[in-house]
Parts: sequence; C-alpha cells; structure tokens
Amino acid sequence: MSFAWAKPYEPKTELGRWIDDRLPLPRLVYNAVGGGYPVPRNLNYGWNFGVLSGIFLTIQIITGIGLAMWYYSSADGAFNSIEHIMRDVNGGWMMRYAHSNGASFFFIVVYIHIFRGLFYGSYKAPREMVWMLGLVIYLLMMATAFMGYVLPWGQMSYWGAQVITGFFSAFPLVGEPIRVWLLGGYAPDQAALTRFFSLHYLLPFVIAGVVILHIWSLHIPGSSNPTGVEVKNEKDTLPFHPFYTAKDGWFAGLFLTLYAAVVFFGPNALGHPDNYIPANPLATPAHIVPEWYFWPFYAILRAFTVDFILPAKLWGVLAMFASILLLFFLPWLDKSPVRSGHYRPVFKRFFWLLIIDVAILGYCGGSPAEPLYVALSQIAAAYYFAHFLIVLPLVSKFERPLPLPNSISESVLHGEAGEAAPAGLAPAAAQ
Amino acid sequence: MATLQEINAAHVEEDHSLRRRDFINIAAVSFAGVGAVAVALPLISQMSPPADVLALASTEVDISKIAPGQAIKTSWRKQPVFVRNLTTQEISAANAVPISELRDPQTLAERTKPGKENWLITLGVCTHLGCVPLGTGEGENRGDFGGYFCPCHGSHYDTAARIRKGPAPLNLHVPEYAFTSDTVVTIG
Repeated sequence: MSFAWAKPYEPKTELGRWIDDRLPLPRLVYNAVGGGYPVPRNLNYGWNFGVLSGIFLTIQIITGIGLAMWYYSSADGAFNSIEHIMRDVNGGWMMRYAHSNGASFFFIVVYIHIFRGLFYGSYKAPREMVWMLGLVIYLLMMATAFMGYVLPWGQMSYWGAQVITGFFSAFPLVGEPIRVWLLGGYAPDQAALTRFFSLHYLLPFVIAGVVILHIWSLHIPGSSNPTGVEVKNEKDTLPFHPFYTAKDGWFAGLFLTLYAAVVFFGPNALGHPDNYIPANPLATPAHIVPEWYFWPFYAILRAFTVDFILPAKLWGVLAMFASILLLFFLPWLDKSPVRSGHYRPVFKRFFWLLIIDVAILGYCGGSPAEPLYVALSQIAAAYYFAHFLIVLPLVSKFERPLPLPNSISESVLHGEAGEAAPAGLAPAAAQ
Repeated sequence: MATLQEINAAHVEEDHSLRRRDFINIAAVSFAGVGAVAVALPLISQMSPPADVLALASTEVDISKIAPGQAIKTSWRKQPVFVRNLTTQEISAANAVPISELRDPQTLAERTKPGKENWLITLGVCTHLGCVPLGTGEGENRGDFGGYFCPCHGSHYDTAARIRKGPAPLNLHVPEYAFTSDTVVTIG
C-alpha cells in the first residue's frame, strides 16, 4: 500500500529480526510514520493539523484518565468533585484546565484540518473514504465533547443536556419516548449523568479506532498535496521520517506553546462562567449557549422560526443534522477533476465566502436569540446549504481551471536542478 | 540520477554538516524529553493523597467509658485504631516477657505514655498484610498471648500488641498521640 520506491523495512539488529518474524509491529510503524512512507515533498503547514489532531486526542485521553480517577458521576457529588479536583488534588487544576482547553484546541486543529481538506479537494477520488471516516470521527468528537461538558454538572452542563436531548423530542411520535430513553428519566438526572460519563470514557477509544481506519485509508493512495497533482515518481516524495516527523515535531512544539499559554494564562477564556454555578433543575440561565465549537450548528438550529408543513422545531433539528450529513456527499457534489483550490479561481472565491459564512453562523450561534441575529443566521444558513448543493455542482461544471503543473517536483523546483536536494543541503552536494 | 538517500549519504561524509545535524537532532530530542518529563510529573503526582485527605491528620477520642480489660475501635486517616485499657494482670504479663525473646523488641513502657501504661493505643492494622486483628470486641479471639489475633494468616499479638507468633514482621504500629486531658486522646 505504498509507492514502489518506498524504502523496505530492514531490521538492524538480531532482536529486531526476531521480533519482525513474529510480530511485525515495528515494520507497521516504519511503513506508516517512518522512513517507509513516502510523502509528497510540497506539503505546506496545512498538512500539520492531522498529526496535531492525533496529539490532542492523546492529550485528552491522558488528562481524562487522570480526571476520571477523581471524578464522581453522581448528581449530588459531581460538581463538588470537580471543585475538589481544582482545589485539593495535586496538579488537579492543571489536569482539568488541560482537558477543558484541550477539547477546544482539539476542535481548532480539526476545523483547520477539515477546511484544509475542503480547499485542497482532499475529499475527492481516490480519498473519499478518508474524508468520510474523518466525518465519522468529527461526529464522535461532537458527541464526546457534549457529554464531557455535561459532567461537571453546572448550570450550562445541565441545561446543555436538557436542550441537546430535547433535539430528539422534535421528531413526531417517537421523539419524546427516545428522549426519555436517552435520559433514563424525564429530565437530566443521575441516570443521564452516569451514562454520559460511561460513554464519555468509551467514545475517545472508539475515535482512536476510527483514526486508525482514517490513516489506513489515507495510506492506500498516499497523502494529497497542495497542487492536487498525483505523485508520479520518487522525485515527488520524501520519506515521512525524518522529513515530516521533524516538521510535525517543530510545528507541534509551536502549537502546544499556544495551547499552554491558554491553559496557564486564560484557562476560562473559552468557557462559560455560568458553569461554575451548580446545576439547578428549576432555573435556566438567561443566556444559554453551547461551547464555541458548536455555535455554527446552534445558529442553524435557531434559524428556523416558522412552521412550514413541518413544525419549525423539527426543521431546525433536521437542518442541523443535515448540515453535517451533507458533507458525506461532498465527493460527489464537487465533480471538478481539479483538486486544489489554487488552480480553481471561481471555487477559491466561494471557498472563502464559505469560511466567512461559517464565521457569521458561529458569531450568531454565540449571540442571544434576538431578531437581528436570527435574521443573519437565516441568510447564513441558507448560503451554507446553497454552497454545497448549488454552488459547488455549478462551479465544478462551468469553471475553467488554471493549467496544472506536470508534476509535484516541477511545481516545487521551478526547473532548477540546484534545488533538487532537500532543504539544508548545500547546492554543491546536490550536483 | 542519484537518489536523495545517496545524496544525503554523500553529504553526510563531509565533516561539518554531520556534526551540526547531530547536534540539532540531539538538542531537539533532549528538549522534547525534558518537556515530556515536566508534563509527566504532575500527572504522576496527582495520584498521591490530595489536600483534603492530608487534612484528616488528627482525630480526638473520648476514653472515659472504657473500663479496664475493654478495648474500642476508632478510626484515624480511615484506618482502624485500637484503644485498650489494660488490666494490671495484662500489664505485668507484658512486662514479664524477656525483651530478647521478641521479634520486634520493645517494652510496654516504650509503647505507652509515662504514667498511662494502662492505655495501649495502636493501629488496628496487622503488620503482615493489613487485616484488622480480632481482640477488641467482647468474646473475640485474643490469640495465644491474650492481646490480638489476626484471623487472616494467624498472627498472635500479646497484651502490649507485640508480635509473638505468626507471619507478621512487626508489632502493631503505635501512632503519634497525646492526652489532651485525662479522658481525651488526640491521635495524629
């Protein structure tokens, strides 16, 4: 599942050969993220965010295991156990802030990863499965993040659980029984909290499993690249190790510095102060919003205010789910054979319009449900669907793309032989 | 056409570059290693007792209702503590044992407070594997030496709660304590 010129794994020691004959795990690693995986040589920093997503998944799992050692999933004790972690447990405040901000950063890197894929057409053949598995990971992340946010059992946790499970009550007939079944009661309480904790612990490992499938399916065709031109020969690639391990390592250091700055200097900047009030089933906070990473979807949910054949509530919920499920069909909605946005002048403009549109949705989703924001959400939600269902199919039909380079190396080297060696080598050595 | 690997190999043989790359490589990996250790430390230390557990360090016990020959079980740091009012026979039995015969040589006087030799206060945690020995309750088995008997693996303690027979290596542990009055003991 690699290019013909991929370096074969050759164990250097007797022990290495002994292990390779019995359990070729080092061989698997070598071929996946070692010298045995040839990667296009022209990847830009957009391609660092896949590895970063994996790093944040790891951070979440490690800090989460520590937190679970102290957390009580009891309606009476959950809030206090969080405060106990913050005040009494050694380094508990750090674990918790690393975990809550780790969730935000996980979404930041995954959103950049997704938009990188959208711009460079990484979802197109032969990588449709990579894209769809990525969406599965994203859906699992949303479920995990939502259930994790419920666990502290503060006001936002409680009313978040009430509202999100309330989505299901929008469906006629079966909706309300499903909601009650999901909660194990008529309102969020002990049963809901315990099952959310159980699933919040389980799903990250399911995500890790799907991540393996995601990488596996990626490594069948190999990584895409900023030109969107397929790899043609060895000159187009570099071995993953040491070239991309070094680049990923350096960029991870840079990004984790940013993360550490937030964890240590603004740990509550991305949170909501109402969640430091213990859950009160009898009083809803005046302005209830989900975490920032759900705001665009929250705006789509609230954009539907008029009953039209179906009740407005059902439209909102359907549209919200559809906004993500739609992305599963993206490889077949965008029919342009050119992958990279660099060579698609019309697509490129609409791509940036989509970014602005999602930013507007996010802004509206985080704002109170006032007429101005609702009206804005309606326009932005309409464009969101139009972008994928109307604009992309039409653009891919009528757009005239720019000429593509003949190969990756041609686009990188500008025909200069002196640049044929990896960066860092003196030109003399490359002759 | 030379492959990249060949170019690299050829280049690596030149003197200065290899050393420069090695330095960068070692410096980067060591720096990452130091960072990993710095992150691992709080994640490991989070498992040690938190502040609220350490705050349970002392407990007060009212001993006014314990008649000679009786014992009570109380709790300190979530561990059982035996408080026993020894009879004069039990005191003399403990003092009659030659120190040289003991596995963990200690006199009764060393295990009690001066002037309060009848108050034997020990942890109720067998020094073998941590079971709670019998002998505090009325009619419980006090072992061959009239002190405490651990039913888990058959350790016998005498009336000074010293190990006399069985697998336990040490006498029952005497916690730090002080008489705040004639009838109140503060443990810890």
